[in-house]
Amino acid sequence: MIDREILLEKVKTSPYKPMKGRIIKAEMLTEKEKFFRIELEDKVNLAHEPGQFVMVSIFGYGEAPISICSSPTDKGYFDLTVRNVGTLTSRLHQLGEGDTLGIRGPFGKGFPIDNMFGYDLVIVAGGLGIVPLRSLMRYIMHNRNDFGNVQLLLGCKSPKDLLFREEVKEWKRRAEVKFNCTVDKADPDWQGNVGLITTLIPGVDINPMRTYAVVVGPPIMYKFVIGELLNKIIPDHQIIVSLERRMKCGLGKCGHCQIEGKYVCQSGPVFNYAQLKDFKGECHEKAA
Amino acid sequence: MKYASLKKEDLNKWLEHLKKKARLYAPRKKENLFVFRPVKNVKDVCLEYMPTILPPKKYYFPQKEKLLKFTVNPFKTAKAIAEFEEYILFAVHTCDIAGIQCMDVIFREGPEDPNYLNRKEKMTIVGMECFKPCDKYANCVSMGNHVPRGGYDLMMVDIGKSFIIHINSQKGERLIADLSYIKGANENDMRKLEEKRQEKKKIFKEELNAPLPKVYEAFSSQGSFDSPLWDEVGRRCVACGNCTAVCPTCYCFDVADEMELSFNEGTRFRIWNYCQMDDFARVAGGEDFRKGRPARQRHRYYRKFKYPVDKYNRYFCVGCGRCSRTCMADIILIETVNALLDPENAASYVGSVKNRPEVK
Repeated sequence: MIDREILLEKVKTSPYKPMKGRIIKAEMLTEKEKFFRIELEDKVNLAHEPGQFVMVSIFGYGEAPISICSSPTDKGYFDLTVRNVGTLTSRLHQLGEGDTLGIRGPFGKGFPIDNMFGYDLVIVAGGLGIVPLRSLMRYIMHNRNDFGNVQLLLGCKSPKDLLFREEVKEWKRRAEVKFNCTVDKADPDWQGNVGLITTLIPGVDINPMRTYAVVVGPPIMYKFVIGELLNKIIPDHQIIVSLERRMKCGLGKCGHCQIEGKYVCQSGPVFNYAQLKDFKGECHEKAA
Repeated sequence: MKYASLKKEDLNKWLEHLKKKARLYAPRKKENLFVFRPVKNVKDVCLEYMPTILPPKKYYFPQKEKLLKFTVNPFKTAKAIAEFEEYILFAVHTCDIAGIQCMDVIFREGPEDPNYLNRKEKMTIVGMECFKPCDKYANCVSMGNHVPRGGYDLMMVDIGKSFIIHINSQKGERLIADLSYIKGANENDMRKLEEKRQEKKKIFKEELNAPLPKVYEAFSSQGSFDSPLWDEVGRRCVACGNCTAVCPTCYCFDVADEMELSFNEGTRFRIWNYCQMDDFARVAGGEDFRKGRPARQRHRYYRKFKYPVDKYNRYFCVGCGRCSRTCMADIILIETVNALLDPENAASYVGSVKNRPEVK
């Protein structure tokens, strides 16, 4: 029971009210994905954790949950990378530098970075999974000495779908990150691996007890990747995933994002595999 | 004064008084069913009624509720409504009061929902205890909601020639203060109340085949989650969403925008949405995270008997029976739960196809 006075105070503000954000940079990264750099009014910092998301709203078109792809160490702005798939995102793709949009958040639980201090990291990104993982990668690059070895495994459909190409090269060039990449379908210039991302995992050299694996990708990818990671004997609670669900309110109320008893928008989107194992059957990403 | 007494002939006088105090909503007849409606004529108020088509949730969690007003250019937002009117929900059954308590738990949990809290703050509840089981669809006794368990401001009990009113809050007390025709209850009244309650114990019987902890246990097993029973329930379901619309504890919603003709101003509102709809858990990319009616029906049952119990130690089925009464495919909650309690027969469960609600 909340105190009545406190309650009335809470009633004065609305968590449904978005802040004003201005696009200060916009560019197409691939045919379908567009990058946006957004500045909040009065240059307020979003103060998010890597792995959290915001609700982006364009009045008249509604709202959609979008992962933040910059690190909290990038001050004064934050980045989003959006694929054109729905009502809101197709409208968002029409916006450019100088346009305004509404932002609510940040919402949810991000990657458990404090728990990951001192550990080696294997980061597995499938397709758009690199978008939320970029927030983690940038955070790691900024605080590189807090972590052990970092390996990034990247998978995508074809070489032209590769996101943040230059940035990934830069991470690799600084030799602080081991990097391996695979595509489902090569083009004539491609010299790297061809095949599913799961094929990269058996070859990874790790000390499982000292390693956190972080996995983000399309829903179908998880159970296979998690299966490979379990083969490596990485403990359940050191396998971290971020789950996609339909989110409408971000406040743990509207019900759309629920997996069994958990609201992904509040309890997630980041979970560890020990938590996933508790689900009885509604979590598609759980390994068999 | 903890208990007051009101003679039946003075009821309409009191209703007139309440009407002046605040907006008054009470049950009345609509064709062969009942609905909560604003009271225009106190004579229309119906105190002996079956659970209404919709629970009073339509007043504290409206089907369509404004969240924001906005302007596209220049970018501007404002909270849509600051003030609501004071209102009284009159003659609410104990099952519906339990429903309000469930909603409180959800919307008070941080981050709090200001729209709900605001409406709740303006609400006064006058309850009405039932002494006649309503029909075969209600399971209020098993849920423990056939008797008052708090959550109201006043509770009326019909003891023949008069009503005994239990005063449960200051808000409630103000509604009966300084009225010559409402007096403190005397010993005789209290004895009659006790007699009524004893009598009630004999008439009201548990509807489910096992006590609640057993029901929870049944829902907790992996076997129940994977039971073929859900295929049978899902096979009959027509995904109309009626069961969730009429449920006093269903609170899922969608958020949408509506533009003015100018296309510059508009309103963002929330609107009831149902987990039984096939696009409920589908994302823009196309992935559907709860595919198929069996999974969606199972989700509805688990959101009544399992998930909220884990989270809040509270069953979100209040036992009003509305979902069964309204179902076009005869999916009956008591039947489903009883079948689940009996794992050996759950596999071969076939729902009875019957019959429309028995409404007098």
